[in-house]
Amino acid sequence: MSLPLSDLQALLPELALLVLMGLVMLLDLLWHPRRKLGVWTALGLVAVLALSLALAQPSGSQVVWGGILRHDGYSFVFRMLFLVGALVTALLAMDVPHLGDKGAFYLLLLTSTLGMMLMAMANNLIMVFLAVETASIPLYVMAGFYPKDRASAEAGFKYMLFGALASAVLVYGMTLLYGLAGATDFAGVVAGLQQATWPVWMTVAVLLLVLAGFAFKVAAVPFHFWAPDVYTGAPTPIAAYLSTASKAAGFAVLVRFLLAALPGSTLPWWGAFLAAMAAATMTVGNFLALAQRNLKRLLAYSSIAHAGYILIGVVAASHLGVTAAVFYLVVYLLTNLVAFGVVVALESAGGTSEIRSLAGLYKRSPLLALFLMTAFLSLAGVPPFSGFVAKVWVFTAAVEAGLIWLAIVGVLNAIVGLYYYLIVLKVAYVYDAPEEEMHRPVRVPRVQAAALGVLSVLIVVMGLVFAPWFAWGEWAARTLMGG
Amino acid sequence: MSPLTILIFLPMVVGGVFLIIPRMKDQTVKVLALLTGLVAFLLSGWIYLNYDLAQGGYQFVQKSPWLPALGISYHVGVDGMSAPLVLLTGIVIFTGVLISWNMPRIREFFGLLFILATGVFGVFASLDLFTLFFFYEIAVFPMYLLIVIWGWKKTREYAGMKLTLYLFVGSVLALVGALAMVFQAKAQLGYLTFDLLELEKVAFPVAFQKLWFPVVFFGFAVLGGIFPVHNWSPDGHVAAPTAVSMFHAGVLMKLGAFAALRLGIMMMPEGAKFHLPWIILLTLVNVVYGAFIASVQQDFKYVIGFSSVSHMGLVLMGFATLNYYGFLGAGIQMFSHGVMTALFFAVVGMVYDRAHTRHIPSLGGFIKKLPWAAVAFIIGGLTSMGMPGFSGFIAEFPIFMGVWKYEPWIAIVAVISIVVTASYILRVAWRVFFGELREEFQDVPGLLVYDKVALAVLCAFLIGIGWFPKMMTPWVHVGTEYVLQLLK
Repeated sequence: MSLPLSDLQALLPELALLVLMGLVMLLDLLWHPRRKLGVWTALGLVAVLALSLALAQPSGSQVVWGGILRHDGYSFVFRMLFLVGALVTALLAMDVPHLGDKGAFYLLLLTSTLGMMLMAMANNLIMVFLAVETASIPLYVMAGFYPKDRASAEAGFKYMLFGALASAVLVYGMTLLYGLAGATDFAGVVAGLQQATWPVWMTVAVLLLVLAGFAFKVAAVPFHFWAPDVYTGAPTPIAAYLSTASKAAGFAVLVRFLLAALPGSTLPWWGAFLAAMAAATMTVGNFLALAQRNLKRLLAYSSIAHAGYILIGVVAASHLGVTAAVFYLVVYLLTNLVAFGVVVALESAGGTSEIRSLAGLYKRSPLLALFLMTAFLSLAGVPPFSGFVAKVWVFTAAVEAGLIWLAIVGVLNAIVGLYYYLIVLKVAYVYDAPEEEMHRPVRVPRVQAAALGVLSVLIVVMGLVFAPWFAWGEWAARTLMGG
Repeated sequence: MSPLTILIFLPMVVGGVFLIIPRMKDQTVKVLALLTGLVAFLLSGWIYLNYDLAQGGYQFVQKSPWLPALGISYHVGVDGMSAPLVLLTGIVIFTGVLISWNMPRIREFFGLLFILATGVFGVFASLDLFTLFFFYEIAVFPMYLLIVIWGWKKTREYAGMKLTLYLFVGSVLALVGALAMVFQAKAQLGYLTFDLLELEKVAFPVAFQKLWFPVVFFGFAVLGGIFPVHNWSPDGHVAAPTAVSMFHAGVLMKLGAFAALRLGIMMMPEGAKFHLPWIILLTLVNVVYGAFIASVQQDFKYVIGFSSVSHMGLVLMGFATLNYYGFLGAGIQMFSHGVMTALFFAVVGMVYDRAHTRHIPSLGGFIKKLPWAAVAFIIGGLTSMGMPGFSGFIAEFPIFMGVWKYEPWIAIVAVISIVVTASYILRVAWRVFFGELREEFQDVPGLLVYDKVALAVLCAFLIGIGWFPKMMTPWVHVGTEYVLQLLK
């Protein structure tokens, strides 16, 4: 199969990423740059980002590579987002011992990112499956990156087992879907389903199988059980990546599949089912987060809860809903990276990820405390941080769609969320550490401090000047849903 | 750019600078904070005085697109109702800085306090639903941190969280109600807008108003301290450090009352007419029960805390009458009570800092050590009792007139509160300031100059309005006329 030039242009981000992977591998083999490899990877990703933004912006919705991929505003926004996620993860990881100095880690990271980018573009069931696996398998390895550390090994293994099961369910669902609809590309599937001669519950049952596979990726209830253990056991930068880019990738494919491929209104119970899932995800995530003493576990449950908020936008299934979901994901990715970045800094300064080791942070590192405050308040949905607007748009979409009960469940959940985020801030700002620790400042390496600083500023800026970012989300929604 | 915008964002910018520069010296922080407080005070005063009464309506308006796709704009302006409240905020932020001169961790303290001030200024000036919620929620986190970091050790964690959650619950439920309004308006107007001035003109269906009015009204009235969800307020006020108590009781409770008026009564007049007849009974409980509870407190600060519940009940009661006198009195009462409570809490703080107890029977004779504080407390007390010559009279008299017009027996019951107030204020003033000064308090230090300036400024407003009601009534009159016109 020959590739026309326009296809090459559409795939420029992926191709550039492949080149970067080659370069990183060469650099690692020839020069052993150790931790500096993180900087080079990050710089490379900046170059990929710049190149993509300059040359590969889609105009309209373009089908690439014989129809298995789609190059549109929607996929483009997500692909850029994954690149940013990988970039920050590389910077966070570079000073982590036994991780940031390993070339293999950066390669795995980039491979996984490539898979996610393909997930966002996938327009065909088979491509979806391939992309999901390309993204996931490196993640299994990364989660278990410290084989001698029991928690990390357990995290990797657990993630792999759960992931394999989810993949099996997904592929099973897709096979049945193909059997019913007689096509693997999304348009064909839709056309096939519309001429259904079989009872409608069969379609719903099959779609539930597919949905289960995606729900695993985004850690939505009841497919969330892996997240807390994996986040806690995995090296912290990996947990950051898992909770942000990986979740966003899951949503990218989920939203495209559910909204573009399956106009939900044609199916009975489907909307109600998704709404129930959103409500359960928010509620379970938030209530379980209340009981946590470990910051990574707390963030795991909070990330489950956030998947629920994002699902509200998906349930609304409207222009505004998708816009809100995309906006939310962008904000959430930046914010959660900062939150995990604080944990990385804390751990590398000799602390643990227990919440109580935050005590005295206001004095030991006022800057880190400020980053923590920015991230947690944004997660809590408090202005002027961007998490506030993200939540407002999601709830607006729910009310617009007439789902007032869901909006109310959402705002009540926001209250629970506020409670535990504030408790963490209280530990950092009110409690003192033991005397001898109090006078030992927590030093944050310059690169990480700069990265977290830039992200924190972005979080505030996006919360104040949100029109341009909203326009991105709208662009994504428009190219996805038409109109 | 409207001067109002400068006034709104100035505190947040300064506060943000305080927070992001950890190495700033305390002295620099204090000087900058005092300057900012003074500028905010003067600017709010300038805006108040330059509000053109003859023209009326909203002035100093700025409308800039914020998110045109959803019809959201940054839209601010003041009218006769909100201008006094903007001034009040200016007064309280300035005096709050003055009396916080020796706080520990002062950089963070002023940083958070100023961010809180931005939220408050913003709400009073908002003419857009989104803008209003944006500023309203900005107040949430500084409030929490200010209480838990600097508050009274014994209850701060409990009270700080309680207060924050109460307010957040109220406001997010109101948010859902507001969104419902926006989409209802969209159905009627054909386009999406968050602009309050446009939404005001939409006649929402009566059934819609009956359903959503209580949600929106109560969502905000929580912060106004309405019974039975008033209980965060005394706890919160007592646990908070002095300047924050001043802010809370002085300004934030007005925020709730004002927003309940702005988004509840003014947007959904039919809903208001349907529901307020039973809500006024709740406010009656506020007024009378609050006063009785205040009179049995042994803790100096709790007395003031519950007296706020009682006085804020009068504000909401004034609104609930839906007549001219009720609104007029309530508008003035918001200002008068704000200044008066700020004064009370300042005095309580000054006494507590020296005595290290607020147990009223253990205090006494403080007039010898703190004559300024004693005089200020008495002035505040007279205002609180509604004595002629003080702003409380100017505020409460029209409220009672309005209530009488609405339903005489409610006014008769409510008047009991005045008697009770007089009794507890006199008791507290006597026990704390007069009598014998106990031995352990013999060598407590006197007040700082800053403290005295703060007390003088606050007293000046209470007496000034008491003697020259023209300083405030014309503004509130204009605001009231505007509200009444919407109710027609």
